[in-house]
Amino acid sequence: MSDIEETDGSEGAEVASGPVAPHRVIGTPPPAPRLLGGGTEPAAAGSESAVSSESAGGVAVADHDEELRQPTEAEIQRGNRAEKVVVACFVIAFLAGCGFIAAYIGLPVGLDRLGPGGSTLDAALRSNLALGTSLSVALLALGLGALLWVRLLMPEVEIVEERHELQSAPADRAAFAETFKQGAGYSQFVKRPLVRRSLILGTLPLVAAPLVLLRDMGPLPGTSLRHTVWSPGRRLLVYGTNTPITPADFSAPGSMITIVPEGYEDDPDALVKAGVILIKFRPGELDIPVRTQGSTLVGTMNWTVDNIVAYSKICTHIGCPVALYEQTTHHILCPCHQSTFDASTGATVIFGPAARPLPQLPMTVNTDGYLVAKSDFTQPVGPSFWERG
Amino acid sequence: MSDNFEVPKALTGTGAWLDDRFHGARGVRVLMRKVFPDHWSFMLGEIALWSFVILLLTGTFLSLFFVPSMNDVVYHGSYVKLDGIKMSEAYQSTLNISFDVRGGLLMRQIHHWAADLFMASLIIHMLRVFFTGAYRKPREINWLIGIGLFTLGLLEGLFGYSLPDDQLSGAGLRILEGVLQGIPIVGTYLAFFLFGGGFPGNVIVPRLYILHVFLIPGILLALITAHLFIMFHQKHTQMPAKGNTEKNVVGAPFFPYFLAKGGAWFFFIFAALVLLATFAEINPLWLYGPYTPLAISSASQPDFYMGLLEGSLRIMPAWEINGFGHTLTLSVLIPALLPLGLVLGGAAAWPFFEQWATGDKAFHNINDRPRNAPVRTATGMATITFYGVMWAEGANDVIADKLQIPLYTITWIARVMIFVGPAIAFFVTKRICLGLQRKDNETLLHGYESGIIRQLPNGEYIEVHRPVNEEARAVLEAKRPTALMPGSGSEDENGIPAPSSKGLLGKARVRANRAFAETVVLESDGHGHGNGHEEIEAGDEHPVGAGQLPAGDAAEEDTGSRGL
Amino acid sequence: MSWINARRRRPVAGYAALVLGLVVVGLLYGAFTRSSGSAQASSPPASQSDINTGKDLFDATCSSCHGLDAQGTSQGPSLIGAGAAAVNFQVSTGRMPAKEVGAENERKPPVFNAQQIAELGDYVASLGGGPTVPDAQQVATSGANTALGEQLFSANCAQCHGFAGAGGALTYGKDAPPLTEASPTQIYEAMLTGPEAMPVFGDGSINPSAKRDIIAYIVATRKEPNPGGFSLGRTGPVTEGLVVFLGGMGFLVIIAMWITYKRRDPRPQGTE
Repeated sequence: MSDIEETDGSEGAEVASGPVAPHRVIGTPPPAPRLLGGGTEPAAAGSESAVSSESAGGVAVADHDEELRQPTEAEIQRGNRAEKVVVACFVIAFLAGCGFIAAYIGLPVGLDRLGPGGSTLDAALRSNLALGTSLSVALLALGLGALLWVRLLMPEVEIVEERHELQSAPADRAAFAETFKQGAGYSQFVKRPLVRRSLILGTLPLVAAPLVLLRDMGPLPGTSLRHTVWSPGRRLLVYGTNTPITPADFSAPGSMITIVPEGYEDDPDALVKAGVILIKFRPGELDIPVRTQGSTLVGTMNWTVDNIVAYSKICTHIGCPVALYEQTTHHILCPCHQSTFDASTGATVIFGPAARPLPQLPMTVNTDGYLVAKSDFTQPVGPSFWERG
Repeated sequence: MSDNFEVPKALTGTGAWLDDRFHGARGVRVLMRKVFPDHWSFMLGEIALWSFVILLLTGTFLSLFFVPSMNDVVYHGSYVKLDGIKMSEAYQSTLNISFDVRGGLLMRQIHHWAADLFMASLIIHMLRVFFTGAYRKPREINWLIGIGLFTLGLLEGLFGYSLPDDQLSGAGLRILEGVLQGIPIVGTYLAFFLFGGGFPGNVIVPRLYILHVFLIPGILLALITAHLFIMFHQKHTQMPAKGNTEKNVVGAPFFPYFLAKGGAWFFFIFAALVLLATFAEINPLWLYGPYTPLAISSASQPDFYMGLLEGSLRIMPAWEINGFGHTLTLSVLIPALLPLGLVLGGAAAWPFFEQWATGDKAFHNINDRPRNAPVRTATGMATITFYGVMWAEGANDVIADKLQIPLYTITWIARVMIFVGPAIAFFVTKRICLGLQRKDNETLLHGYESGIIRQLPNGEYIEVHRPVNEEARAVLEAKRPTALMPGSGSEDENGIPAPSSKGLLGKARVRANRAFAETVVLESDGHGHGNGHEEIEAGDEHPVGAGQLPAGDAAEEDTGSRGL
Repeated sequence: MSWINARRRRPVAGYAALVLGLVVVGLLYGAFTRSSGSAQASSPPASQSDINTGKDLFDATCSSCHGLDAQGTSQGPSLIGAGAAAVNFQVSTGRMPAKEVGAENERKPPVFNAQQIAELGDYVASLGGGPTVPDAQQVATSGANTALGEQLFSANCAQCHGFAGAGGALTYGKDAPPLTEASPTQIYEAMLTGPEAMPVFGDGSINPSAKRDIIAYIVATRKEPNPGGFSLGRTGPVTEGLVVFLGGMGFLVIIAMWITYKRRDPRPQGTE
């Protein structure tokens, strides 16, 4: 007993009506309902109007297609209906395009044109909405019109083009080789090695020259990465207000603020290395052990004032400002790659890709009572580099 | 229907004038009849192409107003919230474009969305080409050009969004400088040469500007032209279907069909970008503020196509080697170079690796269905998983905030999944592909389930199966399993054996070959084991050829199968 | 007879005397107790009745975690020295009374009304001083320097709260809340008192005028429209990337499928 049925179209109600193939050709969607309820039937006889002769270039081009058959009355009706739709699309595109120009002319932006009391953002929003909506409607209408034109008005034509062999014929290859050898022979490139080698020699410096020309793109780094502008006695200023700060100003435990060196408040080239984060601890919470790197002192409680500690704000991973301070955990978190430092133990790394603690700024109070630096940082700040050591 | 109309004199006159000078009649006629196969997935590369054109157009507009200078000015413009702030001229001119130039905000947003769409469509297009095996001979060079386009696109986008010198992109430039600085031996020199000194300096924006508007677009344009010309010359690949062979291209002619559809596609892509630019705000840099070295925001990420690099920087543990007065900062170098290098380098090497492992030197103009190339598809899915884990890790603080998952937990999960994920993906995908192959074979042999239930005289219910029609059959049969190379390696056409399969490389090749050759083969007699199909295991002596059905298989009687 | 003597026996005289007495005592009390420490917001001195009502409220609701004298227990920290500003912030944002012990407290509908919150604040302030609630002048945003506000906000606030105040993740499951709902007073108080993980920005580092500028910047930013369309959350490129893939590519793939779909030829292809 066979459970495979032959479908020869002669079965009655059991035969699934409509298209025969149940499985789609992979990659194409299932047979969709006809667009707009109707389109032209394939006016050409499908793939049967395929290729005939081969032309010299190996690309088959039919000398003449089979005549497309005459459309039926229903097809003509459908075509005319579709034409109306396509025309409507293009007319909408025209109107929307005019709307775009009108919106451009009619909707001002910028305080100069808006006059007093104008709202920059409201005007920008209005203009953007109007220009954008009209432009997108115009483009959509054009695209839709073009698409419907192809699908509904153009007859379905399928042709087959032969691929020519990409590989050249052996005779052609041989002829190529022959011509090449002949030319090479004329040039005596192979026969006269001195010519060849001296040519290469002659061009070498010119090849290197463009690289050499790049030398003046910038100064040599020298030791500039090892130092910042902090120096003995330089006052700590609050970033933004540029006011100096005393320990009494900064007395609430859990305080944090961004600090810049006096004299360089507006200098981004200096600030990118000299920015400091100042943190105030409760008594007993701050415990920085004495740390040295080689023979250099890099961390100690002596550099703090009244449980106030200053660390470099430049992350030792890649240099983002490490700014996120949680006073409950005393963690300093860098938002770029989540390097986390414990501010109570000398900004040691507790998570994340940073490999070194934040350098501590030696800090003291000057005779006026303001917080000042004792000296520059005792180690390079910021990201590591080859020469850092 | 034949259209009886006269071609206007203007056209024929112009045509003749040109032909007199360029001998174009035959060539242009060939062009008019040129066939472009029609499959939706073939249009993905065009999204990138038209996005690039739109980038050129909107970019030209922006360049009329943008000032690529880092000189400081005090702002007194239309955006009064920032009145009195010191900022660079670049930032000021961008605020100017957004708020004082009509259509400026729209153009800026179209430009940025187009850049994102360019990269997104490139990724999807590359994946399509990969999964269908369209990079195989003769298209390897085009594949490499494509990878070059992707890499250049990455750089172009990075430089482009860094031009306005805002807080977010400035942080990105700082990261670029920090990474450069960490390169051994030459790092600090590279950084100082690029930035004209220490960071930030005042030359990086003008330098990036000329790279972004002139040098890289020029190279991109040249590569895109080469990419298209090669595709044109070699003709596009086709999906397996009835009537499609390795030697032909089936479809509608270029004039007027592909021209019209291509034009429609351009308008739709442009419309999509304008819709995004109208209703979805992108890069609101007046909210970011001008770049200052001591400010940073939470959720600081680069544009999505740099997400892989961002994630790899976040996932890395703190590894650094200090010795002999030098520092090798692995926690910067490994993330910056390894993941992206693996993905792009692996992609570039893949066509050649596959050729080496399968010994397949034939021309391929018909695409593979992904299920018919299990190792390739599984490798692709493993790469997507690897890329995806890094990408998600790059957004870990946003995920932590929105989904209430602790920050470090996400990083730890990513650290594990970066190794476990691709392995699982590879294994699962391969089994799925083989399973789908089995299903295809069943369908070929036993027909499709028609949904008609029939009761047999003995009371049993069966589902009626119908044989698939020719079109579906052509697709299902379009399978070219990899040939198992005998132990000693393959031979070239002149009969000279390749280097022996002894040695480490040779053994690796044999193993790779066996993995690639694993496939589900159609057995003509059906029954016997389980569902009646054999899997050729490694070590089988008979190399598998192209899956051909014996004649007369179409309407097979099969009593035992329920087809379920 | 004097004016007072003529009305001495009226019923209202007693109440008038009581009110007079309370006012005098209150004034004396306010004169002799002063809130401590560095630059504070000035506020009218609390009356004793306010303090008493506050104590009753405190004992009923807060003492179970903070102790009967606000000295703290294992469940909650000491509030001595916390100040009326902290109380006002925590209670008016609904964070206190806390949902659970130890969890990060989030904004929720406040339990007490403004009067009660003031009384609670007065009581806690009476225990040990601390930062006081800012007055309207200190949180007025008109005429503030939003440019300076932007500088200070981006250097000290944006790393937790986001460049536009949309919030951000902290460690161990905490987060910095979005700034869309906080009133200017609450923002001021949060800076002044440093609730939970937030650091303290005392008046010595960010003076009251600078605080006003920051508040003005936050208020202006959250009020301003998004001229480019929907804001996508004001979280930056992450959401933009999602939109371009799901929205942009998704839409275009659907269009591509539409452009290329093949109508199946319904005519039979010959016999099977």
